Amino acid sequence: MEFERREAPYGRPPTSVGAVMLQVLFALVPAALAYVWFFGFGFILNLLVAAIFCAAGEAFMMQLRSRPPEAALSDLTAMVTAALIAFSLPALCPWWVTATASLFAIVVAKHLYGGMGYNIFNPAMAGYVVALVAFPAYMNFWTAPRIGDIDYHFLDLYETARYTFSGALPDYLDFDAVSRATPLDTVKSGLQNMLTFDEMYSNPLMGDFGGRGWEWIGNFTAIGGAWLLLRKIIRWQIPVAVLSGVLLPSGILYFLDTGVHASPGFHLFSGGTILCAFFIATDPVTAATSPRGRLVYGFCIGLLIYAIRRWGSYADGVAFAVLLMNMARPAIDYLTRPRIVGHAKNEAR
Amino acid sequence: MWISILIAVATVTGIALASGLLLGFASRRLPSGSESLVDQVNDVLPQLQCAKCGYPGCRPYAAAIVNEDAAINLCPPGGDETVRRLASLLDREPLPLADAASTVSMSSLAVIDEPLCIGCGWCREVCPVDAIIGAHHYMHTVIARECTGCELCVTRCPVDCIQLVTAR
Amino acid sequence: MSVAPTYDLGKLNGGLRLPGEKEKSTARSIQVVPVPHQLVLPLTQHSGNPAQPVIGIGEKVLKGQLIADADGALSAPVHASSSGKVVAIEPWPVSRRYGEAAPCVIIECDGRDEAFEPVEPIVPYDSLPPDSLLQKILQGGIVGLGGAVFPTAQKLMQANTQPLELLLLNGVECEPFISCDDMLMREQASEVLKGAQILMYALGLGKCYLAIESDKSDALHRIAAVLAELNDERIVLKLVPTIYPSGGEDQLVQLITNREVPSGGLPTDVGCLVQNVGTAAAVYRWICQGEPLISRVTTLTGDGVTTPMNVLVRLGTTVADVVAFAGGYNDRAKQLVIGGQMMGKSVTTDSVPVVKATNCILVMSRPAPPLDERPCIRCGECAVVCPVVLQPQELYWFACADDEVKLRQHGLTDCIECGCCDLVCPSHIALTASFRQAKARIHELADEKARAERARRRFEARTMRKEIDEQKREVELAEQKRAAVTAGPKEIQDMVERARLRKRPPERTKKGPED
Repeated sequence: MEFERREAPYGRPPTSVGAVMLQVLFALVPAALAYVWFFGFGFILNLLVAAIFCAAGEAFMMQLRSRPPEAALSDLTAMVTAALIAFSLPALCPWWVTATASLFAIVVAKHLYGGMGYNIFNPAMAGYVVALVAFPAYMNFWTAPRIGDIDYHFLDLYETARYTFSGALPDYLDFDAVSRATPLDTVKSGLQNMLTFDEMYSNPLMGDFGGRGWEWIGNFTAIGGAWLLLRKIIRWQIPVAVLSGVLLPSGILYFLDTGVHASPGFHLFSGGTILCAFFIATDPVTAATSPRGRLVYGFCIGLLIYAIRRWGSYADGVAFAVLLMNMARPAIDYLTRPRIVGHAKNEAR
Repeated sequence: MWISILIAVATVTGIALASGLLLGFASRRLPSGSESLVDQVNDVLPQLQCAKCGYPGCRPYAAAIVNEDAAINLCPPGGDETVRRLASLLDREPLPLADAASTVSMSSLAVIDEPLCIGCGWCREVCPVDAIIGAHHYMHTVIARECTGCELCVTRCPVDCIQLVTAR
Repeated sequence: MSVAPTYDLGKLNGGLRLPGEKEKSTARSIQVVPVPHQLVLPLTQHSGNPAQPVIGIGEKVLKGQLIADADGALSAPVHASSSGKVVAIEPWPVSRRYGEAAPCVIIECDGRDEAFEPVEPIVPYDSLPPDSLLQKILQGGIVGLGGAVFPTAQKLMQANTQPLELLLLNGVECEPFISCDDMLMREQASEVLKGAQILMYALGLGKCYLAIESDKSDALHRIAAVLAELNDERIVLKLVPTIYPSGGEDQLVQLITNREVPSGGLPTDVGCLVQNVGTAAAVYRWICQGEPLISRVTTLTGDGVTTPMNVLVRLGTTVADVVAFAGGYNDRAKQLVIGGQMMGKSVTTDSVPVVKATNCILVMSRPAPPLDERPCIRCGECAVVCPVVLQPQELYWFACADDEVKLRQHGLTDCIECGCCDLVCPSHIALTASFRQAKARIHELADEKARAERARRRFEARTMRKEIDEQKREVELAEQKRAAVTAGPKEIQDMVERARLRKRPPERTKKGPED
């Protein structure tokens, strides 16, 4: 009897890229629910717009490269990029800002560098940074979370959609009435104006320690992150390193000079720190791969996040920190290769 | 305002020119290390010693390249890969192979049809790596392990008893 | 004396917990396959040079008779597995070449299974000096039955040249589907242990560890019981965790002794000699019962056969005969693998014979689907499971780029091709296959480089020789010129006479083929 030939090992790997990305998307659901609860439907609209433009951009680029579009779309990496962009943008965001970020992320940061697996920079962060630098007014238009403020109108679905797609706010509102500073903005400008933390925290927007709404979003993001760790989709090195990299300088400086520095808890739960630790910095294509390399990579991201927040001119430093460390990643990988079994420790490589 | 721009441009240009001159001088004149440049070029060449480049062996060709008497694209068995490596070693422009149609290669093997051999010894004389053995007026044969496929013996044999086969 | 296994173990990096798939094939005892009508014995059933036939076509042979002798320093003899007549010495498909043909001795069996009388009588092994014992082992055709089929005698002789502390018997059998060593330890435990004693005597070792995987409880109990009867305190049982590839030679040494085998080196470099339990049993049978290596226990399993089982089969029986004995294929048989699920060889035909290396016949129901490889996402899972702590994702990039230097630097030659990285890759990249190709490419490049180096040296030697000849000629010419100038009439006559003699062609003393 005759048989077909194949190469060892025999057997199909139980996992696939699509399955991994699907798990990531599931893990983001708790955080998404919290976001919608606190900041309204804008997030869902942003997500829809981002998903459409990411998919369209990917399909377009694959056609341009003479490849079947489903080969790229079926691995769901574009959807994860879309989700991360949606998390990074303000809830009330014109659709064309989201579209710009998504298209830049997929077309330029991902496919022009060679497509999935070949890109150097985290596409979601690259897209966010382009939108931030090109449209600063819209990107700094943050709304207040649901706090029961009497004189604050929480936009409903129709009003949110109207703003997102036509740019028009309801007639009885104007930008100043709707926009509020984020906790990070509050701390930054507060410190410049020489306010104390007690004064800053009297603002109900600041919540208990991390900013109203943001604390809960941070919790739920962490739940999703813990799920990913349990399922071994991500490994512990990067999240632990990023969080340590933020906690260490903020903790040291907080205890040295409490009045001038925000608490470590604030830095941890405010802004995108937890999202970065579990979902953004762990993007496998652009992160380091060796265990020691991941610790170094994550720790430096954490340090940079804190440095940009504390001494830089931007309120949140997540995107820039990640992009800077993406640049350093090949060097980190080269310098932190683990010792191969049977080789001496300091072998000349 | 224009003066300051001019001064800035002039300063930077001056620094660039000076650095360029310095680097050029260093790369041409200063010794490059323990291994001589001819040795380095020779290491890149495939060592068939076939003389297709017009030089009687790889080392003479390497010497000619270093003296800039010969172009870097004259070696057919080396192929485009060798041209690229020489170009990057010597910082010259890579060129397409001068004789791209040549089929000389290390995977060829010269085989003497022994009954036809008249023992003239011309092939033995011409083999650049002494891979042919035989005494005068006695049958000759090729040491297969040492043959580089250079084809010099094939053209030399007066009774046309040597053939090239792809044996590897 | 306690025969309970000890648990102090060293470290195993990476590895995977795989489903064993061994329940079905260990459900019944070892079945004995009857001698078939025809035996096909390849001349190369071992690493090293093929054996050279010592019998001719038409000759009658007896069971256990030498039919091909070892050739050279690294080789092993081949013996007839049953009595019969040699009908051919010709190419036949073999599993070593994935179903391509290789020279084989084909014997038509006469059914009488008559044994060959050994020249020397069987003596107790400890009455022989260890060196003669090693020579005797060489004659038995014993090779490593764990799969690498390295000639055992040569392995022992090489080991003898280094300081050894420990004989490590490998009863781990970590690869899924294979269970022949498990059954061997259950049913032939005393042969395994007595073989170990012979090996210890041959090498002058005082300590032996027998490593068994933790899920082989039946084998463990049986071995422990026999060991208690033998009452040999030098042999200690060790349980290793059921992680693939804890049974790999280097990995097992690291696990048991906590020492790393140096890259490019052998376990004997760290004082350890590893032998498969089947090899130990084969040594016992040859030395104490006079039976050379003519049969082995093989697992027949997979979801393409009706009845998975372990069989005791004569070497040279075709896989088709073994499957027919065991109840045949079912309608799902699509792929035939000789070996296990992770490192086995996929062969094209079941007419390949069972040879010394055939530890498992695995008939699978569907071949792996064709390539649906995506680009590498650098998740690093492959690096997590690699037992040698390589970085497969980096090796893959360099293999695609054909960057020989970087491949060496990152340790490609240390890859044991266990296949763990393939099974965890979300992009379904055929990593192990690409490493195999890259290794072949590196060898090819090294060969090319060596040849270029030789050609260069010969060219330079020839150039120098020509120069010296030139110089000599010039000196001679100058000499002659001077001689001519100062010569008198008699010397000139002599010179002219000598020149005339040189010009005449020499007499042909030997007639060439054209005369």
